[in-house]
Amino acid sequence: MDYILLVEQLLNGFQLGIILFLMAAGLTLVFGIMDLVNLAHGSLFMIGAFVGGTLTLVTDSLVLGAVLMVPAMFAIGVLVETIALRTLYRRSHLDQVLATFGLILFFNEATRLIWGPAGLAVPLPEFLEGTVALGAGITYPLYRVVIIVIGLLVALGLYLLVAQTRFGMLVRAGASNRVMAGALGVNIPVLFSLVFGIGAVLAGLAGLIITPITQAAIGMGEDVLILAFVVIVIGGIGSVRGAFVAALLTGIIDTMGRSFLDVVLLLFLPANAAESAGPALSSMLIYILMAGILFFRPQGLFPPRGATAAS
Amino acid sequence: MLKRLAAAAAVAAIASSPASADIKIGFVTTLTTPAAVIGRDMRDAVELALEHIDGRMGSETVEVIYGDDEFNAQKGKQATERLILRDDVDLVTGYIWSNVLLASAPVVLGAGKILISANAGPAPLAGRRCHENFFNISWQNDQTPMALGELLNRDGVGSLYIVAPNYVAGQNMVAGVERVFAGEVVGKDMTVWPSQRDWSAELSKIKAAGPEGVFIFYPGPAGPAFVKQYQQAGLIETIPLFSVYTFDSISLPLFQEARIDAVLGSRMTQFWAPDMENEQNQRFVAAFRNKYGRYPSLYAAQSYDSMFFIKSAVEAVGGNIQDVDGMRAALRKAEFPSVRGQFRIGSNHFPIQNFYERRVVEDANGNWTTSVGPVVLEDHQDPYASQCEMGG
Repeated sequence: MDYILLVEQLLNGFQLGIILFLMAAGLTLVFGIMDLVNLAHGSLFMIGAFVGGTLTLVTDSLVLGAVLMVPAMFAIGVLVETIALRTLYRRSHLDQVLATFGLILFFNEATRLIWGPAGLAVPLPEFLEGTVALGAGITYPLYRVVIIVIGLLVALGLYLLVAQTRFGMLVRAGASNRVMAGALGVNIPVLFSLVFGIGAVLAGLAGLIITPITQAAIGMGEDVLILAFVVIVIGGIGSVRGAFVAALLTGIIDTMGRSFLDVVLLLFLPANAAESAGPALSSMLIYILMAGILFFRPQGLFPPRGATAAS
Repeated sequence: MLKRLAAAAAVAAIASSPASADIKIGFVTTLTTPAAVIGRDMRDAVELALEHIDGRMGSETVEVIYGDDEFNAQKGKQATERLILRDDVDLVTGYIWSNVLLASAPVVLGAGKILISANAGPAPLAGRRCHENFFNISWQNDQTPMALGELLNRDGVGSLYIVAPNYVAGQNMVAGVERVFAGEVVGKDMTVWPSQRDWSAELSKIKAAGPEGVFIFYPGPAGPAFVKQYQQAGLIETIPLFSVYTFDSISLPLFQEARIDAVLGSRMTQFWAPDMENEQNQRFVAAFRNKYGRYPSLYAAQSYDSMFFIKSAVEAVGGNIQDVDGMRAALRKAEFPSVRGQFRIGSNHFPIQNFYERRVVEDANGNWTTSVGPVVLEDHQDPYASQCEMGG
């Protein structure tokens, strides 16, 4: 029985990691390549949930909603980049933080005006309901399996895009040395728009696929954003591979902490102290990990090749 | 000359507008963040009550000024300070969240004004930190879950797994169930509030523990998310789900939209339900549905009650709301028609009232709502009242 719980919790951690990866991939590229601290990345997560959710309700199909959401989010991403963010690249990080924080407020209010304060519930299609048996007595919600599979496919696609295509080469060049890439004739504004658009699609996808589980709510992206920042710091800013490993690591550590820390604490603390310290300590675990990484390996686990502290 | 005239007119206009009402009531609730769905229900009910009393308490005109706590104790305290210092309100009410109320209470009570909670009922304010100028018109946090514990005992549930958010009300709710529940609590998870919206780890633990029942407390939009995941994990058919403050007219439309049919028939305990048969309640529910096109929640019911509660006291002191001693004496009597029917105010200024079983049902028009059942706890007073030593 106990190993079943352990495997299930590993899967839960994996699934959380997948969501974090989708968020962190875009964030790390934008931060690494464009040197832009984009706090509004969480808003893209939320917009993906609301726009994708609405498309799902209109078409009455989650699959169709997700497919239609991709061009919509890409367009929104490019639009936001062109209108609001383009002017911020040469400004200091503090200005960027202020401006993108303003964007969060703007998007939250806009969402409230359009969809109301109650949020949006997206029903799960019937063929994704229920649980699947994974063998050895383990049953797991089918939809969470689907999330994991989708996430792995996106990760694979992103790996092929970044490692095997010309566009990916430019992205990597940008992450390693932005100025040199520009000097060699790479069309930086177009590259930036594309990167931002892709980041928006990934964030939107994360928001949409989690919505049948958690529902869409205003401000839903902010908590995920904080975790995503932890992920890119651990993984190394600008590195998609680092984001992948760090996201899974963060997801698993967070879930394991939530599920087993109180049991561990019970071994050497009285019951009521363990009960209250457990949740507090488990929510700190990933930050402790991040602090450790920052101390021993400030560039992160997998920094982009040639990237220095200069960026 | 013309300019000076215009300026004078502008000053006059500014000066005259806020002084229009004789009585100013501050109402603190959540108007932004996802939890604003609760605040909206409360504000709508207050507006409806003002309409029903024709904007008057006795011969005095009434104005309600809203403060937004932004679902945050610190912001709630600041909103309260603004109401007291800037708007100079005569009395403060509202408050959904126990942590917001605990942070804000010293501000109102320190200013010598009366504070009436229209929802939150944290243990300290019912017991050791009770105050002669603090009243509660809803319930003490422990009471509803105590009734649920009694319901579980009557059902013969032997083992229970508890999941609730880790903040003051969540802790009170859990304490309430544990106080009365006679079976074994096989597991307990206190989750991060309000950010945690994915309970995969907790659900796996429930599955591994295999209890005879699960108890949850998730007010507002978190409830549907939890139950949805409970269903997706395949638990809803195997382990009955018991709850407090989770299925109400705010969350039920979301459940219905998401087609979670397993919610129908789900049982909880509550001091009020929309179909309770008394004149005040029927008038309130009918008017609320007519005006806003949805069922009122218990938050709305309590807010509606709070206006009539205040009105009864204002009329008893002949409109002189500055007479705090007179107001207090009148509030203790609670002589007003409540939507819950008969109840009285206890020694610690919390209600002594019945708690009923409540069930999720489908109404004649196919809308999901809740329906009142038999009494579970009769004339119930909260367990902290004996710790309260009030001066006056």
